[in-house]
Amino acid sequence: MLTVLFDGVAYGMLLFILSCGLSVTLGMMNFVNLAHGAFAMIGGYATAQLMNEAGVPFLACLPVAFLIAAVLGLVLERTLYVRLYRKSHLDQVLFSIGLAFVAMSTMDYFFGAQQRLITLPDFLRGQFEVFGARIGVYRLFLIILCGLITIALQLFVSRTRIGSQLRAAVDDARVAGGLGINVSRIFAGTFAFGSGLAGLGGALGLDLLGVDPVFPIKYMIYFLIVVTVGGTRSMVGPFIAALIIGVADVAGKYYVPQVGAFVIYTVMVVILMIRPEGLMGRRATR
Amino acid sequence: MSAVSETGLASRAAAHASLVAARRLRPAEIAFWLMPIAGYFLFPDRLALLSEIAILGLFALSLDILLGFAGIVSLGHAAFFGLGAYTAGILGKYGWTEPLSGLAIAALVAGAVGFITSFLVLRGNDLTRLMVTLGVSLMLAEAANRLGWLTGGADGLTGVMIGPVFGVFEFDIFGVTAYWYAVGVLFVLFCLARYLASSVFGLTLRGIKGNSLRMAAIGAPVNLNLVTAYTIGAAYAGVAGGLLAQTTQFASLDVLEFQRSAEVLLVLLIGGSGYLYGGLIGAVLFKLMHDLLSDLTPQYWQFWLGILLVVLVLSSREGVRGLYLRVAARFARSRHPGRKGGAA
Repeated sequence: MLTVLFDGVAYGMLLFILSCGLSVTLGMMNFVNLAHGAFAMIGGYATAQLMNEAGVPFLACLPVAFLIAAVLGLVLERTLYVRLYRKSHLDQVLFSIGLAFVAMSTMDYFFGAQQRLITLPDFLRGQFEVFGARIGVYRLFLIILCGLITIALQLFVSRTRIGSQLRAAVDDARVAGGLGINVSRIFAGTFAFGSGLAGLGGALGLDLLGVDPVFPIKYMIYFLIVVTVGGTRSMVGPFIAALIIGVADVAGKYYVPQVGAFVIYTVMVVILMIRPEGLMGRRATR
Repeated sequence: MSAVSETGLASRAAAHASLVAARRLRPAEIAFWLMPIAGYFLFPDRLALLSEIAILGLFALSLDILLGFAGIVSLGHAAFFGLGAYTAGILGKYGWTEPLSGLAIAALVAGAVGFITSFLVLRGNDLTRLMVTLGVSLMLAEAANRLGWLTGGADGLTGVMIGPVFGVFEFDIFGVTAYWYAVGVLFVLFCLARYLASSVFGLTLRGIKGNSLRMAAIGAPVNLNLVTAYTIGAAYAGVAGGLLAQTTQFASLDVLEFQRSAEVLLVLLIGGSGYLYGGLIGAVLFKLMHDLLSDLTPQYWQFWLGILLVVLVLSSREGVRGLYLRVAARFARSRHPGRKGGAA
């Protein structure tokens, strides 16, 4: 029981890191980016390649995965995404599906269709027992690392100058621009950072999820659930949603394996039924 | 006082006239429907591809009813296609081999699920709708995957038997019957959709798409209309799926896949939505492109699909119809230099 809870929390934390970039673009900037998983996939592939081919240690790969995904995000934001901020949701959906398809078949072309896995370094492997619950070392590492990132993010968005500029730009881009905030630079930076976090999540998730060319579509629904269920107001909503989804998914697979992924789809549809604006949401302003 | 009622009467008469005019058959439409006949004689060895085009066209038409007329966005339209396919397939497998009634049941099942889920879909904004439609289709895909005893699971549904159409025309290995069956069903359902589009119901839908608040203010039952449109769209998609299962005598999990929902959106994007023919034109172009590109690079069709989506959206999403209208507008302008150009 406690083991399931612990694993679920670790999984939820990972989901949060994977999807918090999306919660900013989709939740705050109101842009539906279905290609978000592609950035996670890039991070995962970068780490798998570096570790398996070049022998780079795992911890050193993490910042690299972040950087590669962030740079890619920045380039794509400046060249393509920026043209779509004002278009309809449907346009954004179609565009980002297209982008995800391109990324998926490119990865397939270069790395083949089989799943990539890694071997974790020794100090992150194994498990120990506390109060009858089996605690995996790597999962504990995930919880601590992701927890720290989450706290840092929340403080960053709510306390710093750039954080408040971001919130202002999201609330009303025109007025924020009128006050001298460089909105497009803020958006570009945020997008790049969110993509970078996805890349980091892809790298961190290698041990649990692996990475293959269908990764963006396979996990897209999880990211979307986290964000739509979590609502758009703060980092807290998606965080709680990620934990709920993580625990529900692990518990569902553990206790009722025959229904499989049904549990989380049901959770999503039910929550959206009760609160169309998300758990912690407010009504969209536009 | 009388002036008001007179203008009222006049505008009423004008509205009636425009309704009648919209129903009139245009020469271009007759030419369009001669194409499947020409296709049969020109490409007798590609009938399987032509049947697929007809089925995809019907599927895209069903999405056009939602998107182009009612303005409901959907990321999970494959749900109803898949429901229809499995319904028709399972009926055929367990002895209900009469094809037309099989299609009707497929439409009923898909329509019923569409009716039930429409209440979920109509809540919330575009974003919620995208998520809920996606969620519903994923749930159905997972269900089909789990109910292996009924659907054949990942191996697909085999052993589907379909009897002759009207009790006369057997399905042959050359696909002749399958082709005319698919085209015939498409034609009948298209005519029905065309009639609906120019009816009061169709016009109300357009109004709701334009501004649902105002439509509600003039007394139109907005939600009832949307529910009806969603149900009809779902039933149409079910027929398309049923046609696929019956003509190929097979159904597999990919009828419910996300990819299929994305593809049908692309088809409508290519053809342009909101004028019924968009789905059909898009289906022709899409299938031809698919055929051509997968001959070149069989594995990486998805890559071209993605590029196409990106390019079409960036080039302002008008499809071939937008292109045609723009060219026509320019043409008209050069002929009447004084008039202001620009079409709908």
